[in-house]
Formats: sequence, structure tokens, C-alpha cells
Amino acid sequence: MSVIEISCVEVWREISNYIDDSIDPELRARMEAHFRVCAHCTAVLDGTKNVVKLVADGVEYELPEGFSERLQNKLKNK
Amino acid sequence: MGAPRPHLDGTEAELIRRVCEGDKEAFYGLVRPYERAVYTAAVLILNNPADAEEVAQEAVLKAFSNLARFRGEAKFSTWLIQITMNEARMRLRKDRRHLYESVDEQKTDEEGEYFPKDFADWREIPSETLQRKELGQALKAAIAALPLKFREVLILRDIQNRSTEETAQILGITEGNVKTRLLRARLQVRDALAPGIDGSWTAGASQYRKVRPW
Repeated sequence: MSVIEISCVEVWREISNYIDDSIDPELRARMEAHFRVCAHCTAVLDGTKNVVKLVADGVEYELPEGFSERLQNKLKNK
Repeated sequence: MGAPRPHLDGTEAELIRRVCEGDKEAFYGLVRPYERAVYTAAVLILNNPADAEEVAQEAVLKAFSNLARFRGEAKFSTWLIQITMNEARMRLRKDRRHLYESVDEQKTDEEGEYFPKDFADWREIPSETLQRKELGQALKAAIAALPLKFREVLILRDIQNRSTEETAQILGITEGNVKTRLLRARLQVRDALAPGIDGSWTAGASQYRKVRPW
């Protein structure tokens, strides 16, 4: 099956939607054909996927000590 | 009150009813599951943990004062985080005006095309492999460096795992805007983390060469 070629710039524009699986199957097929032959775009894809994973796993802030108590006190005084 | 609240689960609806009937204590039960999300959003918007506590708590107090106006068109957590984002933005605007009076809202953050920038650098294998702690710090710094409009979309979509629709609702922008800004945020964070991304932080150089065979 042949698919219509797609440029690197078009791939970059859609790469985030590709990762989120929010593109139509036809575009997905064109992008996948492109990734098979383009090492640069594959690197951008893998890097972006890693960013999504890292951000989801790695960005957490613990509540400061006493945060909840201070909040409950403020609520009591409202 | 009494209107249908399709987005509320039973427990939240019950807590809201109790608060509206005067049981103030019930309100903390309502916000407790979201305390950390509220605080994290405030830290990431403000880039300042000290201000973040104040803003997070102000947001919760504001939600309390306005609870009677909450109609349940959205989930309670959506509404709460929306108030938090607004509080944090207002604080940021106030501080910025104070610090740099003549500086307009970041002019560099147009939604124009953004292309990956680091191909040249990525040809070099990094001299040392970063440790995970350094990766975490680099990640937080990369997020902090994003212009606000891209950062807030990344916070809601990728950190808090909210849908495109909910993110659009919270920020008052279109779903198309959410997607465009998310693309920009992800690509920019990726560039900021290069060349350590794609495995070289966690794997060896063989992994790195596999990803960049040129």
C-alpha cells in the first residue's frame, strides 16, 4: 500500500497529536511511513514521547509541612 | 441548588449540600483530594513555592466563598483548579507589573511555528550521563522556562493528566489552542533537555546511538 508522502515540518506539526492518538488513521499511516525513513523525525518523536512520560512521572511537589493545618484554620475563620 | 449536577459524584454532591447548609467543616473534605494538585499548579505557574502556598490557599478560600454559585456544569475539581489558575495568573500579573513596569506580557510567546532546534547538538554524545536527580531538576527548570501560556497547558494536560476538553474549559480557550500550545510546550521542553533525552540519562551510549544513527 502506498501512502502520500509527508514533509518533516508537517510531521513536527502533528507529532504531539500523534502521541495523543488524536489524528485520523490516514495521517497516522503517512507519519509512520515517514518515521521509517527519517531518523531526525524519529528522534524528535522518541524525545517528545520521553518528555511526556517524564513530565507525567516526575513533576510532583509535596505539600509544605503544615499546609493542610493552615488551610483548615483559615477555613474555620471564614 | 436542586439543579441536576451530572458531573458530580455522590460524595461530592453530598458534601457540597452540607456546606451550603452551613456545615463549614465539610468543605475541607471536599478539597482534600485536590490539595496537592492545587498546590502543584500554583508552584508551576508562579515558579515560587512560598507564593504558591498563599495562592493555593487563597484559591481554596475563594472556592469556599463562591460554592453556592457552583452549578455542577463542570466537575468540582475542574472548577477548583480553574480558580487556582486564575488566582496564580493574577498574582503573576501583579508581581510582573511591580517588577518590570514597562515590560509587556511576554512578546516572544506567539503561537507561531516552533521547530525542533537541536539536531546539530544531538550529534554529540554527552560527555557525562546525568543522574536522575539532575534530570528531575532539569525537567522542572525546562518547564519553568516555558512562557506561561504553554506552561499552563502542559501542567493541565501532561502533569495533571486532564483531557483536551477539560483543559480548554479551564483556560477558556479552544481545544485547537490546547493542542497547538501543548505541541509547542512539549517540543520546547524536549529541546531544553537535549541532548540528554532519549535514553542517555537512563541508559548507556548504545541506546543513544540507536536513536541517532546518523
